[in-house]
Amino acid sequence: MRKWALRILFFMLFMLMSYSVLQMPGDIGLDSPAYNEATHHYIEESLGETGAINIIASILTDYRAFDTLGETIVLFTSIIAVISILRPSAKPEEEEAPTDG
Amino acid sequence: MDDIIVKSITRIIIPFVQLYGIFIILHGHVSPGGGFSGGALFGTSLILYTLIFGVDKAQKKFSHRVSEIAESGGILIYLSIGVIGIFTAGYFLSNKAAGFPLGEAGSLLSGGMIPLLMIGVGIKVASTMVTLFHTLIMEERL
Repeated sequence: MRKWALRILFFMLFMLMSYSVLQMPGDIGLDSPAYNEATHHYIEESLGETGAINIIASILTDYRAFDTLGETIVLFTSIIAVISILRPSAKPEEEEAPTDG
Repeated sequence: MDDIIVKSITRIIIPFVQLYGIFIILHGHVSPGGGFSGGALFGTSLILYTLIFGVDKAQKKFSHRVSEIAESGGILIYLSIGVIGIFTAGYFLSNKAAGFPLGEAGSLLSGGMIPLLMIGVGIKVASTMVTLFHTLIMEERL
């Protein structure tokens, strides 16, 4: 019973997803929402505003510098998490000391 | 790894890989690449060194102390450059308004704060890759 309820739920979710994919704008070229005035602004103004001839670099570290800062913080957090789990303890003898209590 | 051919080849190519990584980091604003890809290259060269010469010799070159400094230093460079913008322009991480000289477009010293941020990101990515690899290797040994 529970299995069938789950199957029906997932099928309905699948239909919803398929419907939303069909509603996406397809091959409409210049009319697509992603091709808006921001693209023109980056292409035409980024050299004067940032001085970098690599538009990708100017987007990454000037227009979207907060995003890159977030990526750097993600790297920092991930390395702290890995080290806190995997780094060998400085005093392994103390960990096995009193376990009975 | 105890193979004379692999050791010799590694000794020859590591300086070039590292030089190319630094080149990509520093030229992020004038050519394809940037902090992430250049840092990955630099970290890969140190991982290659660890694979060939063992983790003990690699720990002498890139110890935990160095990795601590590099990990926090990369992100601190980024944040301190951003804070400069607060005092001079009023906005965090502002480039032209903060008074960074834009320089002549296409030359190495151009783009205001972009190369400085790239250096911070590059240090961070390189040290993250090496530290992850060393930590995993040291864990296996226990």
